[in-house]
Amino acid sequence: MGRRVLVTGLGTFWGGRVAQALEADPDVDVIVGLDREEPKVPLERTEFVRADESYSILARIVAAARIDTVLHTFLVVDSTAMSSRHMHETNVIGTMNLLAAAGAAGSTVRNVVVKSSTLVYGSAPEDPVWFSEETPRSRPASTRVEKSLLEVEGYLRDFAVDNPHVVVTLLRFSNVLGPHITTALSRALETPAVPYVFGFDPRFQFVEEGDVIRSILFVMRNSIPGIYNVAGDGLLPWSEVVAICGGKPMVPLPPYFTPVALAPLRRLGLLDLPLELLELLRFGRGVDNRRLKGAGFRYEHTSAGTVERFWQSVRLRRTVGQSEPGFVFERDVENFFRHSPAVVRESEDA
Amino acid sequence: MAEHRRVEAAEHPGTLVHLPELSPAEDTHDPRRGDVDEWGRSEHMREVARRAYGPLYRSWFRAEWEGLEHIPRDGGALLVANHAAALPSDAPVIMHGIEEELERPVYGLGDHMFKQLPVVGTLWSRLGGVVAHPDNAYRLLREQEQLLLVFPEGNKGPAKHYSERYRLRRFGRGGFVQIAMRAGVPVIPIAVVGAEESMPTLFNVPGLARLLGTPYVPVTLNQLLLGPVLGLVTYLPAKFKLRVLPPVHFDVPPDRPRYSKSRIMDEAEVIRQQIQEALYDMLRHRQSVWFG
Repeated sequence: MGRRVLVTGLGTFWGGRVAQALEADPDVDVIVGLDREEPKVPLERTEFVRADESYSILARIVAAARIDTVLHTFLVVDSTAMSSRHMHETNVIGTMNLLAAAGAAGSTVRNVVVKSSTLVYGSAPEDPVWFSEETPRSRPASTRVEKSLLEVEGYLRDFAVDNPHVVVTLLRFSNVLGPHITTALSRALETPAVPYVFGFDPRFQFVEEGDVIRSILFVMRNSIPGIYNVAGDGLLPWSEVVAICGGKPMVPLPPYFTPVALAPLRRLGLLDLPLELLELLRFGRGVDNRRLKGAGFRYEHTSAGTVERFWQSVRLRRTVGQSEPGFVFERDVENFFRHSPAVVRESEDA
Repeated sequence: MAEHRRVEAAEHPGTLVHLPELSPAEDTHDPRRGDVDEWGRSEHMREVARRAYGPLYRSWFRAEWEGLEHIPRDGGALLVANHAAALPSDAPVIMHGIEEELERPVYGLGDHMFKQLPVVGTLWSRLGGVVAHPDNAYRLLREQEQLLLVFPEGNKGPAKHYSERYRLRRFGRGGFVQIAMRAGVPVIPIAVVGAEESMPTLFNVPGLARLLGTPYVPVTLNQLLLGPVLGLVTYLPAKFKLRVLPPVHFDVPPDRPRYSKSRIMDEAEVIRQQIQEALYDMLRHRQSVWFG
């Protein structure tokens, strides 16, 4: 019997991509995707449920579809993406409801994978060069996104203790770059003059978007419990990142009172660097990726390779324009293909 | 999947999980351009710095070594030295000397305060400075088998008044012994004479230090002679003598989570005593601060 998977945040970048990858896996029988917004990528057999992540709806979906695997990809790690109140609702309250539903009496859930971020380690001068999964952060979290992720991880830890029969996997991803994803960092790299904090050239680590998807599916398929850092091999200085990205001019930001100095630029919409990224531009962060490798995962890209791949796709986009046409979800059409008796489905053929 | 094999999950001994067969490790494409390593050190920058620092090392400080044969040509070792001068002059002398003589890199553990300063922090790290964190030290010593320099006195050495020169402060909490035990490497004590006189502290201004958030703010003889700015960056030409003492092996298994605290404190005190006695011995034979 194959897996019955619930994907949260189907309308987001990660939810959509993970669902696409699951569809290609014959071992997955059922994919249910949840979001308030419509999927932005074409999906063949994923069932989309438009719902917010309230506890009662989640518990009913989990029970009705006999969900055995929950892939929680709907954690917001880019604080420029939404307001901090909205982020708190999504990250903390959403996760709380999801875990409550997964742990309800009679729940069929046996596998929970959560996509968190290496933001939970922070970025401070007293940090070690490499954070292992057990290294505590050096300073208390001060940014909203870090606080919310720490809260989420706390809920997950409680859930794992209360539900020893469930395989719980927590993946912490470092900064993601790739051909498709847009983040505060990728936007900064695409500006004509890349910002840096004067006097600092910290080392960065990246993970490629394809490696992100593959790692989520890897831990799911193999039911690997525990906490894992997911990041490409190697650290490279910010100046080298910019050199790979076309060697553009760099504009210095003042090393002191940086957020205050940036406020007017943010107002004008010229440059939006969140606080956690400003810290990263001073002190950088490296995480030890050997535990996941030890479990058998192979990365396709190193940190520097990820940057190069990102930049190659930017060059391509600049030459030929947006290569993939935007997908528009149309409920009636999707329902026709999935459920109408008129459609001849290959699985029924065989 | 067909090619599953059963292995034990590294982090959860006892729980067996199915893992796919490992594909033979193939080299992933890595388009690095610079030579900055994971610690932030650049061999190219070190080379430039060595060339610039060479004349100062040879003609100004006229550094003289004895016992260099105690430093291994390969394998990790923790170098432990006394620390002095308001703006410590000993770290560059030790690192430069060993890199020139043994042709192997030396990394230096230091306070994270350096990393917080713009420009200075970046240069410090390009030239081999690494934040003093046990994980950093372990990885450098045990996994990468490097030479690592540490000053267990911390900033208590450079912060002391000139009248207390060559009297070693407390050796921290013995953390350096624990790191060496865990990494399974010897401690190599080094006694340095000359640094104390290269920039003697006449007064400390604790109020200003509190205001600036630095551990100490000294007024040095150099500043009285050369002015506040030039005196901050110019050392007096004291003669440097460095004595490397025989390596101290601990004879305990590495990689233990804990070691006997009393054993650590004893070993730390023994090493401190050795350096202190070597210093007294060298001072007994020193005829001149400037000519050795």
